Amino acid sequence: MKAETPPLKKRLLRLKLNGRWREDAVAENQLLVDYLRDVARLTGVKTGCDGGECGACMVLVDGEAAPSCITLAVRCEGRSVETIEGLAQQGRPSRLQRAFHEKLGTQCGFCTPGMIMASEALLRRNPNPSDDEIRTALAGNLCRCTGYVKIIESVKAAAGMAP
Amino acid sequence: MTGDPRIHAKRQGVPLIDGIDKVTGRARYTADLDHAGALIGRIFRSPVSHGEILRLDVSQARALEGVVAVVTGEDCPHTYGVLPVAMNEYPLARERVRYRGEPVAAVAAIDAETAERALGLIIFEVRALPAYYTSEDARAPGAQLLHDNKAGNLEREVHHEFGDVRQGFAAADLVREEKFSCAEVNHAQIEPHASLADYDPLTGRLTVQTVSQVGYYLHLMLARCLDMDTARIRMVKPFIGGGFGARVEVLNFEIITALLAHAAVGKVMMQLSREENFLTHRARPQTDMKLKLGMKRDGRITACECEVVQRGGAYAGYGIVTILYAGALLHGLYDIPAIKYDGYRVYANLPPCGAMRGHGSVTARHGFECLLDRMSRELGLDPFAVRRTNLLRAPTRTMNDLTVNSYGLEECLSKVEQASRWRERIGKMPPGKGLGMACSHYVSGAAKPIHWTGEPHAAVNVRVDFDGGVTALTGAADIGQGSSTMVAIAVAETLGISLDRIRVVAGDSAVTPKDNGAYSSRITFMVGNAAIDAARKLKAILVEAAAHKLEAAPEDIECVAEEFHVGSGKQSSLPFAEVVKAALVDRGPITVLGTFTCPPEAQGGKHRGGAVGSTMGFSYAAQVVEVSVDAATAVVTVDKVWTALDCGCAINPLAVEGQIQGSVWMGMGQALSEETHYLEGLPAHAGLLEYRVPTIAESPQIEAYIVESHDPYGPFGAKEASEGALAGFPPALVNAVANAIGVDMDELPVTPDRVMAALVERRRKSRVATARKAAS
Repeated sequence: MKAETPPLKKRLLRLKLNGRWREDAVAENQLLVDYLRDVARLTGVKTGCDGGECGACMVLVDGEAAPSCITLAVRCEGRSVETIEGLAQQGRPSRLQRAFHEKLGTQCGFCTPGMIMASEALLRRNPNPSDDEIRTALAGNLCRCTGYVKIIESVKAAAGMAP
Repeated sequence: MTGDPRIHAKRQGVPLIDGIDKVTGRARYTADLDHAGALIGRIFRSPVSHGEILRLDVSQARALEGVVAVVTGEDCPHTYGVLPVAMNEYPLARERVRYRGEPVAAVAAIDAETAERALGLIIFEVRALPAYYTSEDARAPGAQLLHDNKAGNLEREVHHEFGDVRQGFAAADLVREEKFSCAEVNHAQIEPHASLADYDPLTGRLTVQTVSQVGYYLHLMLARCLDMDTARIRMVKPFIGGGFGARVEVLNFEIITALLAHAAVGKVMMQLSREENFLTHRARPQTDMKLKLGMKRDGRITACECEVVQRGGAYAGYGIVTILYAGALLHGLYDIPAIKYDGYRVYANLPPCGAMRGHGSVTARHGFECLLDRMSRELGLDPFAVRRTNLLRAPTRTMNDLTVNSYGLEECLSKVEQASRWRERIGKMPPGKGLGMACSHYVSGAAKPIHWTGEPHAAVNVRVDFDGGVTALTGAADIGQGSSTMVAIAVAETLGISLDRIRVVAGDSAVTPKDNGAYSSRITFMVGNAAIDAARKLKAILVEAAAHKLEAAPEDIECVAEEFHVGSGKQSSLPFAEVVKAALVDRGPITVLGTFTCPPEAQGGKHRGGAVGSTMGFSYAAQVVEVSVDAATAVVTVDKVWTALDCGCAINPLAVEGQIQGSVWMGMGQALSEETHYLEGLPAHAGLLEYRVPTIAESPQIEAYIVESHDPYGPFGAKEASEGALAGFPPALVNAVANAIGVDMDELPVTPDRVMAALVERRRKSRVATARKAAS
C-alpha cells in the first residue's frame, strides 16, 4: 500500500541557540523538544512524560523556564533559547551545575538538566531564594531519586557561589 | 558519626564519579544514543482485558510503504520470565491476551508516523473471556482461569509457621486483629523505557543498549527468545534514568525490539510513552492483609499471624519471590517467638506486577508497624519502648533461618527519638498535629541468586597498564544509585590511591565480567566485596614490586596517598606510577579478578521458599514523621521526617544520605498520594498528572542519620542503604495521623477522601453512641 504523502509544511526558523544564531527549516507542528534533540542534537533536553507533566525538557526561552515538549519550535522565532549544554562556559560548569554535582542534587541524572534550567531561571530573577521560593519555582519538575532535599540544598549552595 | 578512619572518602563523602556528565547534559541515556538511520519501533497492544485471539492479520501493515518488519507471537514461541518454574509470558501474546495493553504485534518502520499508521492497519479479533480486576473476583469459585495449570487463579500459596503461634497468643495479655489494604503503586522512574537493538546480518551479531538493571538476565532471555548463541549478543548499558525495580526483570519491549531488529535485519529504536510505561508496570501489587498480634502488658510481642493477598496481574514475573518476601521479612526485625504466614499471589487481568524498592516487604511491614502502634496505645506504652522490648541480639539466626550478623536498630531508635525531641513533644502536640514512628529493614543482596550457576555471586576485574591508570571493570548496573562510584572508592581505598586515578567501566558484556544486576540492594555488599578482593590482589603484586625496588620485605610495605613506603618511614618511598612500571617488567599488563560468594549457611532455610529473604546483612531503620492534618479539607501534610539507617558503614556518606532521603520520600509517595487505578482494566492513572508522585512543593525536609554497626562480612563493614528506610514511612505516617486526629487509617494511600470518610464515620459512630446512651 502506498503511504499518503505527509502534508508537511516547513518554515525557516531563526533563533539564538545557546548564544549562537542559527537557521533551520522546521515543520510548523514540530515541538521545540524534538527540534532541540533531533535537529540540533542537544540530547541534554529530556522527555520524561507524554506532555507537560514532568519538567525534564525544561529550557530557557528569553530567560524564562519553558517546557520544550509543549512549546512549538516556530514560537521561538527570533528568540533566545538556552539548554543545559549552554550553561558551561569554556568547559567550566556553571555554579548550579557545580552545586548539583557536589551536593548530590543529581542521582540518576535524568531530571537534572530540566531541574537545573528551572533553577537557573529562578536565580536570574531571584539571586537569593528562600526554601519556599525554590519549592514554588521547581514545582513543575519531578525527580524520583532524591526526595528533593539535596536539590534544595544544591540551589541554595549555588546561590551562595560567585557566578 | 563514627566511621572507619581508613576510608578517606568518609570525611564528607564524594560526589558521583559520573556526576559531571549528568549536570552538563553530556550523559547519554538510551533515547539519546545516536540512532541515525535506525528504524522506529511501535507496539500494537491488546484493547481487551481477556480474550482468545481469533484473528491477527498484519498483512496490510506489512504492505504499507516504509514498514520494514512486523512481528507477532508467531515469531517467538519462547516464554520468558524470572524464575525458571514461572516463565509463563510471551513477549508477544500467543493464542490469548490477558490484560489490556498486552503486546500483540510490533512494527519497525522508517519513522514514527509510518509505524503508528501501520498499527492502525492491524486487524485483531478476539473472543472475549471473563476478566477479573480484584483478587476476590479472580479467586471466586468457578472463575475462568487465566492460566490453565493454576487453580483458583493462584500463582502461589505460601504457608509458613515458625514457633508455636497458638501458645504465643494464649500467653498474650492483648490480642488484636486488623485488616489493611495498600493500593498498587508504580516506580515512575523519570526516564521512560527505551531500547536500541542492532542486528548485523554480516556477522550475525546483535548489540542491545537498553534501560535494564539486569543486563545479564536480558542477555540470557534474548538468546532464548531469538534462538541465538549468547556469544553473538552484546549488552551495553548506557546511562539509566532510575530503576527502583522497574527494570529488574526482562521487559517485553526489550525482547520485542530485538525481535524487530532481527526481522528487519537492522537497527531499531523503541521508545515507550509514559502511558506504555504504566502498562509495562512490574511494580508493587495491590495488597490486602489480615494481621493478628499478641502482646504482653510490657509490650513483648508473643505471636504474629499474617495473611497477605497480592493482586499480581496477568503473568508471573517476580510474583513468587514477592509473596515469599512478604512472609520472610516478618522475621529479622524484632525478636518474635512465633510467626505464622499465609500468602496468596493472585492472577488478575491487569498489567503484571513485579519488584519495587523494598520488594515484598513494604506492605506487610506497613500493617505490622501500624498494629503495633495501636496495641501500644491501648496498653499505654510508648512505641519506642515497645520496639526496645522486642529487639534482636546479633549475631543470631531467625526462626526461618535468616542470618542477622549486625544490628543497629537500637541506635537508630535513639537517634530519631532524640532528633525529633519525641519525649518532650509526644502527647503535647497542638490540635491537628501529630508524631508517628516506625521501623523497617531490608536485605543487602539476596544470598541465593535467582539464576543458579555455581559461579561467585559477584566478580570484578581490576587492571593496570603502562599509563599507571587503574581501571575497574564491573557488570554492576549503575542506575543512579552510585554503584560505579562505590566500586571506585572500594578500589582506591584498598590500594591507597586517589579516586581520580581510577576509571570504572561498567555494564558492557564484551568487556566487563558478568553481574547479576542491580536488585535486592546487592551491589554494595557483593560487588563492593569483590572490588576489594580484586584491589587486594593487585596490591599484593604492586607491594611485591615495591619491596623488590626498596629492598624491603613485602610485609613492611605500605601504600598511602599514592606513595609506597617502607613501614611508616618517609625516607625511602616510590610513587604509584613507578611501582606499576616495576611490576609490569616481565609480567606485562596486569588484570586481576576479585570475587565474592555468600556461603551456603547464609542462603536461607531448607523449607520451601526458604532462600527468599536470606542475606548476609540486613539494614535497619527507624523514623519519626511529623504531620499536620487540615480539619476542613482532610489534607495530610508531612512537616518533617527524621530517619536513621544502619548501613553498617557509610562508604560514601553523601550517597548514603541521598539514598535514605530518596527511599523515605518514595515511601511518602506511596503513603500519601500514589495509586494506580483501572477502569475495566484500562489504566486511568497512566500519566504523571494522574499518578501523583509528590512534587517538591509537598516534600518535606528529611533529616538522615547514619548508624554504623560494622557488619562483619560487609565491604568495610557496609550493608545496603537504598531500600531499608522506605517501608517505615507509610506506617509512621499513619501512626502520626492517628496521633494528630485520633483516626486509624487502614488503607493506603492516605488521601483526603479517605481521611474525610474516616472522620465522617467516626462522627456517625459517636452520634449513634450518644443517641443510644440518651435512649437508655
